[in-house]
Amino acid sequence: MVVLVLLGGIIVTLFVGALPAFQEFGVGFITSTEWDPVEGRERFGGFVAIFGTLISSLLAIIFAVPVAFGIAFFLTELAPLWLRRPVGTAIELLAAIPSIIYGMWGLFVLAPFVQLRIQLTFGDTLASLPLIGFLFDSVSFGGTNLFTASLVLAIMILPFIAATMRDVFEQVPPVYKESAYAVGATRWEVVRSVVLPYTRISVAGGVMLGLGRALGETMAVTFVIGNANRLPQSLFDPTNTIASVIAMEFPESLMGSLQQSALFALGFLLFVLSFLVLALSRWLLRPRLKV
Amino acid sequence: MNRRTLLAAAAAATTLPLLPRAARAQQAQITGAGATFPRPLYERWAQAAREAIGIQLNYQSIGSGGGINQITNRTVDFGATDAPLTVEQLAERNLLQFPTVLGSIVPIVNLPGVQDSQVRLSPELLAEMFLGRVRRWNDERLVELNRDLRLPNLPVAPAYRADASGTTWGFTTYLARVSEAWRSGPGAGTSVSWPAGQGARGNEGVSNTVRNTPGAIGYVENAYAVVNRLVRVQLRNRAGTFVRAERDAFIAAAAAADWSVPNMAPDTIDLQGEKVWPITTGTYILLPTNPTAERVEASRNTMRFFDWAFREGSRAAEQLEYIPLPSEVHELVRKAWRERIRTPDGTPVWSA
Repeated sequence: MVVLVLLGGIIVTLFVGALPAFQEFGVGFITSTEWDPVEGRERFGGFVAIFGTLISSLLAIIFAVPVAFGIAFFLTELAPLWLRRPVGTAIELLAAIPSIIYGMWGLFVLAPFVQLRIQLTFGDTLASLPLIGFLFDSVSFGGTNLFTASLVLAIMILPFIAATMRDVFEQVPPVYKESAYAVGATRWEVVRSVVLPYTRISVAGGVMLGLGRALGETMAVTFVIGNANRLPQSLFDPTNTIASVIAMEFPESLMGSLQQSALFALGFLLFVLSFLVLALSRWLLRPRLKV
Repeated sequence: MNRRTLLAAAAAATTLPLLPRAARAQQAQITGAGATFPRPLYERWAQAAREAIGIQLNYQSIGSGGGINQITNRTVDFGATDAPLTVEQLAERNLLQFPTVLGSIVPIVNLPGVQDSQVRLSPELLAEMFLGRVRRWNDERLVELNRDLRLPNLPVAPAYRADASGTTWGFTTYLARVSEAWRSGPGAGTSVSWPAGQGARGNEGVSNTVRNTPGAIGYVENAYAVVNRLVRVQLRNRAGTFVRAERDAFIAAAAAADWSVPNMAPDTIDLQGEKVWPITTGTYILLPTNPTAERVEASRNTMRFFDWAFREGSRAAEQLEYIPLPSEVHELVRKAWRERIRTPDGTPVWSA
């Protein structure tokens, strides 16, 4: 009950703070890419930040899920018993690292690596690929970009997804697996046709947990995303996320100004966005719950 | 009062070893909040002033915007801001604004084989680079200015402050002043919508991006550039001479500004003068002109603190690479205190 009241309170506060911006720009606030905080000609549109938030989180999921699946598969099916505990604990410890540390590591280690070893080495070759070449074709060369941010996010959400997957894989009743082995299935076939179908709801739950963390992550992303209010044309372009715009501009915004209201509006949208992601996952999973 | 505070300070200094506890207990507390840029200096001053005049300053560097908000709500004794308020904004909030020191902003670059203060830039080219229109370092307009240097064929990678800051305000005000395209494009503010380049957090983020990226150009506080030995550039000022980012050039800028304007926040960007460094910004204190009865004492102590800082703090400022103001300006500030800040019954709070 208390939680519900708190939640409602937060939503109302955000919405009241955001009201002037919504009144000023209407629905255009969500679709406009313009973000001009210069006094006297303020124009605020959240599309770049919203798009950046979604795309960086989505990329992070794309990077993290296969690796997390591999880890869980290894820990439950392949690894010798004595190795399972230490490796499992090590993965879980990744979750205990504060996000600012990921940010610093991203900025000082990963960003130069992406810049010099990935973009410089492979950038031109990848850019000349047909159809998907544009994804790698960038004029900006700073190391802090969408790709680096997604990579840092992927590492941050990896332990959540991997731990959930491992736990649920372990809960598959041995009877099912043994029956599958008995009819001659290989290890991969067992995981694909017995373990995954049995656990897919919980697996999706783990992925959603990761997505939730990725959407709202602030500090680590702010360090490495390049903070440019432009739509990214490629993976190596800098862009921005909702959380990082708020963190960067809130302290210097004047109380009651349109800028502060626009930041509130972004915060409100982030809230709604996380809510929608959760609701959508529930809705997608519902028909399968009966199985 | 001047002499009296000096005497009091001397007395406090001599009696301190005898009565340390009593003296400490009687220390006056003042609180301020605002700009991050002058924080190291205010902290240094606070340390020295605690011994010298028995005033303990608690300064929270929460950002200029936060400082303005807090002093408008009167939750602190003074606010501090880098971007000055206009006369109307001050009147609306019943505040007096006065400058403490100047800071200078310098462009920094990362070009292989190029040393500090070697590259020469014209204001127009600087703006074009940040607009993303000069794309290569061996652009012929750059080569023209730097005949004695071998400029590499590297892409120009601008780096800027992503967090809203007074440094960005100073730098973009300068660009808007010297370039028509910048004025009608991104404009000037504590954060603007940058047409090209990477954003990074804080001075340290910008300098890190520049250091990691060959061909990068960014801008930071000079203090930061000096401490971290970053490669600065020479800029052509309004008089047409190329100036290095050095102390004399900054002092010349402080002297060239017209401090008698009503909000005491003169234009310090792109001033006229042979030796003037073109990008300097003041940092300001906001003080209520109508302190409530229980805050009169704190208001007076705030003025005592800055009065002491003006007299004794210039050396500390220079050590930290800030530019102290000319002493005529200090007099102007004291005059404003006398004339503008009143107790509820109408008498001046500052009577020295």
